[in-house]
Amino acid sequence: MQVSIYRYNPETDSEPYMQDYHVNTGGKDLMILDVLALIKEQDEAVSYRRSCREGVCGSDGLNINGKNGLACITPISEAMGKRDSKLVIRPLPGLPVVRDLVVDMGQFYTQYRKIKPYLINDTPPPAIERLQSPEEREKLDGLYECILCACCSTACPSFWWNPDKFIGPAGLLQSYRFLADSRDEGVSERLSDLDDPFSLFRCHGIQNCISVCPKGLNPTRAIGHIRNMLLQRAT
Amino acid sequence: MVASVTSFGRSGVYDWLIQRVSAVIVGLYVLILLGYLLGHPDLGYEEWRDFITSGSMRIASTLALLATLAHAWIGLWVITTDYLSNSFVRFSCQSACGVAAAIYLVWGAQILWGL
Ligand code: SF4
Ligand code: SF4
Ligand code: FES
Repeated sequence: MQVSIYRYNPETDSEPYMQDYHVNTGGKDLMILDVLALIKEQDEAVSYRRSCREGVCGSDGLNINGKNGLACITPISEAMGKRDSKLVIRPLPGLPVVRDLVVDMGQFYTQYRKIKPYLINDTPPPAIERLQSPEEREKLDGLYECILCACCSTACPSFWWNPDKFIGPAGLLQSYRFLADSRDEGVSERLSDLDDPFSLFRCHGIQNCISVCPKGLNPTRAIGHIRNMLLQRAT
Repeated sequence: MVASVTSFGRSGVYDWLIQRVSAVIVGLYVLILLGYLLGHPDLGYEEWRDFITSGSMRIASTLALLATLAHAWIGLWVITTDYLSNSFVRFSCQSACGVAAAIYLVWGAQILWGL
């Protein structure tokens, strides 16, 4: 099959270009990451990130035929639309390209850091651990599973335009993960950090984030919960 | 917390609420106008003038004018901060919007209360 890969080496190329490869899949419905491995056999200069190859580490988020996803758990059959004649693989949109398919995730992590992704609790912990009831624990379902692959934030137009000011869906989902945690005492501090026109309110409910999340999470709903908390506090 | 001094209320919650409330006000106003026009198919100048200059309609029109201006300000501010990355260009556009809003406000008040 024909595969077109985004290539850019800042040391030798004046601008990015698309390079075509012919890959023999042996008729199998391979994962996109396997296709990349076959291409690397042909041309070992092609660069991309990967680690776990099973959708757990979040390092191989890529833009595959126009849609963000994890290369390791996206089969060719799912990536190819009805009218697509070839596979087109680009880096995640909106972030600076380091080389080929490798992007600089700095802005993404800066936004993640801003939401204080840790429990805030100044009460001295009990001897063994801070307990939660099963119901309290259940509130974290659909939130804690995020692997920070950045597929959602880099599919979000609001994040493209203001990656330095808008937290983005991934960070906001994590923010709600701590807001919803019964052991966290930082609710008002967390909400105060988000109460400006950019950090959270730049979300316009476009919902690209939901349609790309490889873990099936729903950042828009989490953002809605935080917005309600902010409204309740302010009115 | 991201600081911004050019947004309408300087707080995300405030802007968000104003945007919703103003939309409802403008929507209701349009419904009132539409309802009146549909209920008076053979409307003449005198009748229309009496309706529009009545005390309650003056208040409604003023409210709708204020709501439109606030709504437009918030919406345009969002658009300028999304698409204009050069801060000089962005601030120039925001200033132009602000001046236009002030002109519409005074002009609208003149029309509404000067009849
Ligand atoms: S919410 Fe989903 S798409 Fe976004 S970073 Fe987490 S796992 Fe990835
Ligand atoms: S719903 Fe909000 S966070 Fe998700 S893609 Fe749209 S604007 Fe971005
Ligand atoms: S390689 Fe780890 S998520 Fe794909």
